[in-house]
Amino acid sequence: MLITTPARTPRTRSATTSRSGRGARTGARRRSPLLTGAMCLALVYSLLPLVWLLVNATKTQAGLFSSFGLWFSDDFALFRNIATTLTYDDGIFLRWFGNTLLYVVAGAGGATALAVLGGYGLAKFDFPGKRGVFAVVIGAVAVPGTALAVPTFLMFSQLGLTNTPWSVIIPSLISPFGLYLMWTFAAEAVSGELLEAARVDGASEARTFTQICLPILGPGIVTVLLFTMVATWNNYFLPLIMLKDPDWYPLTLGLKAWTAQAATAGGEAIFHLVITGSVLTIVPLVVAFLFLQRYWQSGLAAGSVKE
Amino acid sequence: MSSTSRRALLRGTAAIGVLALTLAACSSGGDEPSADASQTAEGGGSLTVWAWDPTVETIADAYEQANPGTSIEVVNAGTGNDQYTALQNAIVAGAGVPDLAQIEYYAIPQFSIAGSLANISGLGAGDLESVYTPGPWDAVEDGGAVYGLPLDSGPMALFYNATLFEQHGVPVPATWEQYLEAARALKAADPSISITNDAGDAGLTTSLIWQAGGRPFSVDGTTVGVDFSDEGTQRFATLWQTLLGEDLIAPIGSWSDEWYSGLGNGTIATLVFGAWMGGNLASGVPDGVGDWRVAPMPQWNEGEHVSAEHGGSAMSVMEASQDKELAFSFLQFASAGGGVPLRIEGGGFPATTAELGSVDFLTVPNDYFGDQQINTVLAEAAAAVPSGWQYIPFQVYANSIFNDTVGQAFVTDTTVSEGLTAWQDALVTYGEDQGFTMR
Amino acid sequence: MSHTTAPVRPAATARPRRRRRWVGWGFVGPFMVVFALVFLAPIAYSIRLSLFRTQLVGGTVFAGLDNYARAFGDPQFWSATGRVALFLAVQVPIMLGIALLVALAIDSGRLHGRSFFRISIFLPYAVPAVVATLMWGFMYGTRFGLVGNINEILGITLPDPLSPDLVLLAIGNIVTWQFVGYNMLIFYAALRTVPASLYEAAEIDGAGQWRIVAAIKIPAIRGALVVATIFSVIGSFQLFNEPSILQPLAPNAITTYFTPNLYAYSLSFAGQQYNYAATVAIIMGLLTMLVAYVVQLRGMRKEA
Repeated sequence: MLITTPARTPRTRSATTSRSGRGARTGARRRSPLLTGAMCLALVYSLLPLVWLLVNATKTQAGLFSSFGLWFSDDFALFRNIATTLTYDDGIFLRWFGNTLLYVVAGAGGATALAVLGGYGLAKFDFPGKRGVFAVVIGAVAVPGTALAVPTFLMFSQLGLTNTPWSVIIPSLISPFGLYLMWTFAAEAVSGELLEAARVDGASEARTFTQICLPILGPGIVTVLLFTMVATWNNYFLPLIMLKDPDWYPLTLGLKAWTAQAATAGGEAIFHLVITGSVLTIVPLVVAFLFLQRYWQSGLAAGSVKE
Repeated sequence: MSSTSRRALLRGTAAIGVLALTLAACSSGGDEPSADASQTAEGGGSLTVWAWDPTVETIADAYEQANPGTSIEVVNAGTGNDQYTALQNAIVAGAGVPDLAQIEYYAIPQFSIAGSLANISGLGAGDLESVYTPGPWDAVEDGGAVYGLPLDSGPMALFYNATLFEQHGVPVPATWEQYLEAARALKAADPSISITNDAGDAGLTTSLIWQAGGRPFSVDGTTVGVDFSDEGTQRFATLWQTLLGEDLIAPIGSWSDEWYSGLGNGTIATLVFGAWMGGNLASGVPDGVGDWRVAPMPQWNEGEHVSAEHGGSAMSVMEASQDKELAFSFLQFASAGGGVPLRIEGGGFPATTAELGSVDFLTVPNDYFGDQQINTVLAEAAAAVPSGWQYIPFQVYANSIFNDTVGQAFVTDTTVSEGLTAWQDALVTYGEDQGFTMR
Repeated sequence: MSHTTAPVRPAATARPRRRRRWVGWGFVGPFMVVFALVFLAPIAYSIRLSLFRTQLVGGTVFAGLDNYARAFGDPQFWSATGRVALFLAVQVPIMLGIALLVALAIDSGRLHGRSFFRISIFLPYAVPAVVATLMWGFMYGTRFGLVGNINEILGITLPDPLSPDLVLLAIGNIVTWQFVGYNMLIFYAALRTVPASLYEAAEIDGAGQWRIVAAIKIPAIRGALVVATIFSVIGSFQLFNEPSILQPLAPNAITTYFTPNLYAYSLSFAGQQYNYAATVAIIMGLLTMLVAYVVQLRGMRKEA
């Protein structure tokens, strides 16, 4: 393996503190304006659509069609748009927002819990059927969502679960990627001796797990949490087939419904609300990422070394 | 109990659980369908209605006020095809089917032939024939059985941007030949103008074929005919191909944001659409106020007046409903009673002969259309819809593959006629696959 | 990995080990129970569906392997499969290539504002597919979107991204945009763990930047490269969200059999052909697993 513990510490420290490239490597590095310029292209590519979204969220419905895509129209309507988005149709947007929070907290939270438990179990224990578990779970990732959609829907209808939050939350609880990530992270971060020592001391497995291992697994947990949060926040296909009642829609389905609304006789075209709504949908995730970047970076670091 | 056997117990339980669920899932679909609403016996009750049209909510409120003790829950389960999918899913699953659903006319046969719609002629609908115009009534009635009541109708007319025509000195077309001329003239005057738009719209195409005299679809029990080679269909196909070939039709999909702006800024000059388009223009194209007018649809032969139905929906009582009488009572209210004026207010175009014959209705000046009394033109169109048109029992599916087949004519070198043949072949294959006898 | 020499193991752990054999299930159990409900049961049902046939007229009959035979002779199915295979062959290398270059650039320490780049390029991952596709869909509009604006301003006519010839590229662009940052981060994190001692040794030997990249960095992150490739391969085969959301904007370019997943979806929900749809989905699942396995084998073999 490539990691030797002593070598890791100084580099990660310098990565977060040094902005001038000094200290991490021998000798000072020259900043390359050429490289920076090339990277700016990548930057523009990544941010352009988001800028487009922000700019167009300030336009009214009519303004959208009459002004240039990347610059503001005469009528700056951002706050008006936000107000309308939040109050349109009896404030259903807020309801959708609440639904999404529910699905994310329950779904991502639950998925992380299951992945942490499962990953720890796979990493630190040998048990009969272990190879089978691994093969089946990784194999499951390859199964297309559509193979599962209709059968899951039929199953859930029988159980009376469709059109309820459960039909969205329960399937979200399985994150094979999360399991894999926790497995590799736990294998690296929790050493065998630590466990031995705890057992020799007489601690039960549960205590060992909660009091000793969980704190160590911290960054990995945050990483998995963040990735499952993104997945559930952005969930589209699953709620599409499970939910009929707009009261239970997450934001993704709600925005799609607003876009489709224009296509009905007597329907009202509200593209400006779709765009503003999209901005409001993205903001929480972006904020979450910015605040938690320290954790997920180190989590990813450890998790991705293992093959 | 040692931890070994505890783990084994856990595994065993899980295995049994999986097995049980698999068995439960396998046995689904054959169960007694149950409706979603909670019912009280009579003198009140509650219903669930699936509808995407915004006026239905208003109508439900009015009904509740007029009938205390009733509770109508209106759910927007999607627009058109999305809702039909949801409806099919619920029916197959045997759970979650509403009491009533808004169903467009072309989709009624699909659900009625499958036995999913209640036959309400016995509940009183059989006496309602004279209440409605022929087009919509034909669509809900089948050999004595009535599967729904019309909510609105869509007799076709020519919606045109009068300002544009005047500006370029082009006469308003009365025949399709003149329409072609006008298209060329407008394009010559200003290359950004297209006479209309079409990016492959099954509903529009079938309605235009209807007006042209084509009758490609026929249904007789489980024998279904799909044949696009008849004269009416072919003359439509030739006309449309000419328009496409000369680049006179804007390749914009209807209901897209580009479409709305095109209607507003004068790059789409006309729409040959159903009557409900009046309400949509008023609400969706504020920039065009005062520019648009309504005229009779272009004709194939000078002096004729033949129209067709384009879109429009009925509402049906679902077979799975547990309280069909209450459902029918609401349906009658919505379709022929107090619901009608509410729909008209909301921009819908009625299907009832009473409204269409009422002087008040006909002479209302419409301020979006420069105070033109558009209802007169539209009512005449409603009376000019010929009978004999049928939709096939899998029209929803047919429309879903329209773009795969006929739609290719809009983006490749395939002609409309070839596209229609491809559509026909695909439909024959599907029909046979589903057990129908295909002609 | 272990720094100390452990005490004599076998005798000390003989009894606890038998207990520990099943403890693992205690941790993995919850995951597996939900997994069985959410994955295994539906898959079993799916397989069962694929062996039957339900007609609108005629009910349900046992069909054996008829559905599978039909799939193998179905031109639409193969057109869809070919399309995603093409997509895979082109989009995945491009996306991973860009991600790798960006990760290397950020890791090289020769950039101004490294953190800013890292965050910004990662941001698109936080955007839901619906929103991303709607955004790009608006921008691709030739009459009023950004493409149209550019046409107007520069007086040229850019080809329509939503035409049948270019729509796959357009979708590829959306997918690349969404996931470049995510893959970049995986690579970057892996690069961060390369021990400094290796670089020092290389500097002493007088190796140039590019040699370091080729000889040290890339081999060091092989594991991450393989994982990223596998997940991208699986994602490509399952392409659904983007074509599904773009379809109303380009209904003639994006057919109902554009990708296998979209085909299965249309079969189920538009055509009520649940059995055939299940068959298509199962075949695609097997195909995906096969390709992913092959990728993993090849990636691993180079290691040794």
